[in-house]
Amino acid sequence: MFDTILIANRGEIACRVIESARAMGVRSVAVYSDADRGAKHVALADAAVHIGGSAPAESYLRGARIIEAAKASGAQAIHPGYGFLSENPDFVEAVEAAGLVFIGPSAKAIRAMGLKDAAKALMEEAGVPVVPGYHGEEQDPDFLAQQAAEIGYPVLIKAVAGGGGKGMRLVEEPGAFGEALKSAQGEAATAFGNEAVLIEKYIQQPRHIEVQVFGDGERAVHLFERDCSLQRRHQKVIEEAPAPDMPEAVRAAMGAAAVRAAEAIGYKGAGTVEFIVDGSDGLRADGFWFMEMNTRLQVEHPVTEAITGVDLVEWQLRVAAGERLPKAQDELSITGHAFEARLYAEDVPKGFLPATGVLRHLKFPEGARADSGVRSGDEISPWYDPMIAKIIVHGPTRDVALQRLADALARCEVAGTVTNLSFLGALARHEGFGRGEVDTGLIARDIDALTAMPAPRPAHFALAALAAQDLLGDVAGDTGFSLWAPLNRQVVLRRGEEEEELTLRALGPDAHDVVMGEAVIAARRIGGRWMLDGEVAPPVVVTGDLVTVFADYGIGFHVIDPLARASAAGGDASVIEAPMPGLVKAMFATPGAEVKAGDRLAVLEAMKMEHSLLAARDGVVAEVLAKEGAQVEAGAPLVRLADEEEAAA
Amino acid sequence: MKLQSQILTGSEDFAANRAAHEAALAEIREAADWAAAGGGAGARERHVGRGKMLPRRRVANLLDPDSPFLELGATAAHGMYDGAAPCAGVITGIGRVQGRDCMIVCNDATVKGGTYYPMTVKKHLRAQEIAEECHLPCIYLVDSGGANLPNQDEVFPDRDHFGRIFYNQARMSAKGIAQIAVVMGSCTAGGAYVPAMSDVTIIVRDQGTIFLAGPPLVKAATGEVVSAEDLGGGDVHTRLSGVADYLAEDDAHALALARRAVGSLGGATLAPVTGGGEEPAYDPEEILGVVPGDLRTPYDIREVIARVVDGSRLDEFKSRFGETLVTGFAEVQGMPVGIIANNGVLFSEAAQKGAHFVELCSQRKIPLVFLQNITGFMVGRKYENEGIARHGAKMVTAVATTSVPKITMLVGGSFGAGNYGMSGRAYQPRFLWTWPNSRISVMGGEQAAGVLATVKRDAIERKGGSWSAEEEAEFKQPTIDMFERQSHPLYASARLWDDGIVDPRKTRTVLGLSLRAALNAPIEDTKFGVFRM
Repeated sequence: MFDTILIANRGEIACRVIESARAMGVRSVAVYSDADRGAKHVALADAAVHIGGSAPAESYLRGARIIEAAKASGAQAIHPGYGFLSENPDFVEAVEAAGLVFIGPSAKAIRAMGLKDAAKALMEEAGVPVVPGYHGEEQDPDFLAQQAAEIGYPVLIKAVAGGGGKGMRLVEEPGAFGEALKSAQGEAATAFGNEAVLIEKYIQQPRHIEVQVFGDGERAVHLFERDCSLQRRHQKVIEEAPAPDMPEAVRAAMGAAAVRAAEAIGYKGAGTVEFIVDGSDGLRADGFWFMEMNTRLQVEHPVTEAITGVDLVEWQLRVAAGERLPKAQDELSITGHAFEARLYAEDVPKGFLPATGVLRHLKFPEGARADSGVRSGDEISPWYDPMIAKIIVHGPTRDVALQRLADALARCEVAGTVTNLSFLGALARHEGFGRGEVDTGLIARDIDALTAMPAPRPAHFALAALAAQDLLGDVAGDTGFSLWAPLNRQVVLRRGEEEEELTLRALGPDAHDVVMGEAVIAARRIGGRWMLDGEVAPPVVVTGDLVTVFADYGIGFHVIDPLARASAAGGDASVIEAPMPGLVKAMFATPGAEVKAGDRLAVLEAMKMEHSLLAARDGVVAEVLAKEGAQVEAGAPLVRLADEEEAAA
Repeated sequence: MKLQSQILTGSEDFAANRAAHEAALAEIREAADWAAAGGGAGARERHVGRGKMLPRRRVANLLDPDSPFLELGATAAHGMYDGAAPCAGVITGIGRVQGRDCMIVCNDATVKGGTYYPMTVKKHLRAQEIAEECHLPCIYLVDSGGANLPNQDEVFPDRDHFGRIFYNQARMSAKGIAQIAVVMGSCTAGGAYVPAMSDVTIIVRDQGTIFLAGPPLVKAATGEVVSAEDLGGGDVHTRLSGVADYLAEDDAHALALARRAVGSLGGATLAPVTGGGEEPAYDPEEILGVVPGDLRTPYDIREVIARVVDGSRLDEFKSRFGETLVTGFAEVQGMPVGIIANNGVLFSEAAQKGAHFVELCSQRKIPLVFLQNITGFMVGRKYENEGIARHGAKMVTAVATTSVPKITMLVGGSFGAGNYGMSGRAYQPRFLWTWPNSRISVMGGEQAAGVLATVKRDAIERKGGSWSAEEEAEFKQPTIDMFERQSHPLYASARLWDDGIVDPRKTRTVLGLSLRAALNAPIEDTKFGVFRM
């Protein structure tokens, strides 16, 4: 076994690998970019090496620098994680040339699976079913259109070097083919530097089922399947293992096909064989086709670990260190059912836009596995994938596991950034999904219902207001005391664009009435627990001016500080006046000119000094009220900026 | 040392007492609610319509969210001025700002434009007096048209009239007691000196104004036509005149600035944290059933003490001597106090014991709490001859000259010279609070009527006339009625003979807050006057 390994990755997968390595007594070396200087994976590792700038190209994609770091830190092997250099055969060769072990498949195996058309041809030879399609080199549009017609519409155009849905287009009828092809090629060229595409039959009610395989270079086993059909624009959202309604015979057929695929390329390490499955009429042994093989550990590997009890990273290290397969096929079995949900910093109402921000509070529910590369206080930066965590649950049956998923998601506490928690929660409670009716189109069909955000209830506002005023914790025994009339405080909370004014009436350290419009919410502390109108209050955290109530997957409120509001309101910044008597030495403002706050509008000479007069706000010059050379009195208006209505008119 | 209650909470007496107190409380609550509503719905709506916060909301938003508010004179001017000045048009009280006890004085512009009635002046001055004695920073939330002109003779000229406000400001500022003004409305004429005399002044833009004479008077005097804002608005005073220091955008902003100003005062406060200490072993709620509804019914004052002090513990001093006065050491919310409580009429021994105990507390610098329920000193030949006036004078001298803070709670009668010995208003306790069942007068109404009737009967009989019992009763009734009316706590509190009426169940907290405020100032050494031995 290795003494030390280097993890050429970041985030949750780096943390995940470090944990298994530590459990095996293996030292781990982290690498990090500028942005990750204080990241969790750096803190977790036994040693850490800085490898460059925040952009991946300046750090996590710099193979030579990483190999250098491995050698300098005494590592004997490099674990690539997923993404970055994990499927780069040149890197594998460089690692091996440096006398180190690459924890993963050979460069040859990666190359064999790297180009999708070549991979399919190879698989066909190995007796693995592939989707009807054209995977040739000829890229002439007319020729491709003819191929599409032969395969039969609808068809899918995919980038040969692609992945992640980039350079992929669905074409429903011949007339749309030309346009779709052009845009797919364009996207492929930008994303992968290779505009070649392939064409495949489009399967009507497709399910995405993949088989986890593991090889030792000669033999391979499979660790059953995962169903990743719940996708949004080809991005996996929730994965599960095993696939719902999977007949044993189909499982055996798919597993055998996957093992054939792995053995055909002498696969070593963890890999995934992805199949597209026709789910329109139940799963059939003749209804699955090879799509591609991922020659790395997958994001969703934990669901397989949950049902098989295997630590896949441990296996990776053992096989890379020269061991044979730790278990034979007949020693592997499925226990129960597992789900994984991918928790992202995403603005769901804004079309799942990646979000950034400091995670001011982060707490995962007990009883669920949370693989995360961030902690409270860490930043979701724009440099990398905005993943916050993978929430993994296991149960004896699919029903129980799904219930646990829904519950775990409801109890996740994330403050400081928007998340897709509400969306994940809605999926976990989706009726059709609950019945196991999964296909890759489910999310798109029900997107509106799945992304609907419930409006916060007055009780949530009330709780946020009390938390904002620091009234929920230990307070003085005479809190809220009054001789006769209780006092009413005013608290203003902002939620999105809306501001809400609440009235807080303290009745004592353990009792407050909160008035919001017509509603009066009674907050009472009973046995140390706050109740709102008789219901147990959800958790709430205050971080700076942000209050997050952990109901409905987290509701953020901003507390309006009267001091902050006033500085925003500002003074009359429209008129620039002479601060003292003097001579207008220069006038830069001209009527109609657009100016930015801080722009120099004029120079006043007074008391042997030149004073620059700056625009106090952005705006348009409405009037110039003094000429160059004019002697002006203190307070004389020199320039006036148009007010907003004026500027708009 | 822990007091043992003899009360049966299930008894008929207990229930009857409770009912009597609740009836008395309901009357006070009604008066307090009326006062808290200020100038009524119309005036409040107009006030809010101008974008202004209602005065009580201003106070609330100035204080820390978890602050108590020890309001002073919550029923001031009740039944006076034909009901024109609820709460005397000004809210005063002690609350915490940035963790520091402050005196808040907040004009209520919904009450006759916040103008000063005689009781408004008295209430304002009383708040300043407490602030000066307790070293409490003063925050004035100003929104007032100045003196109430129809009452100018009772507001302007005398020593304790309007001018005294600014005198106090200057004197307090000189002592390092911060004076902060927030101008949230008018500050006209004399009122202009409240912000001008403050150490720090905040003014609300387009809302607060400060001028010696408003636009109408300016026009009348000089013909100059000028808007209120140009004459003395926030912009003018923060930019041109320098009368104010901070310009606020609105009430909320102004209050936040005032809070910040308190945060910048520096200097540690001496006051201990309140709300702590062991709770009494007996529920304060029971006070209502413990104390008889009729003042004439005697009861053991220890039953009240047991429901006020920490752990119901009293280290009773000289318990076997002068038994009609209970003295002893205890703690209220963790603060040591010396308790002096009436348990019957004062005899010579009791007065000597009281003087002795005041001396002890003065030497140890322990604040005194008086639980006053006194019909007076014992009368009659035996007592006069043994020199009860001499002994009484000892107690009065001790109470008058001690430097330790005194807090007086009227829990029953407050009649005659007993009022003096038990630290009545004239003896300048830091705070004087009263229960709804209390009565205060020079003597009882019956006794007063009896004295007058005796004098009259003597005169009639000297002339050989006769006076029937019916005639005598008829003669006595108006006096009895007058005394009953004038000795009522609402009558007393309206005139600020006390600092406010307290729900007996809140006694412990009120004492705690009063002590904390009082302990904000250092306790000076005591130098007693000559004791008549």
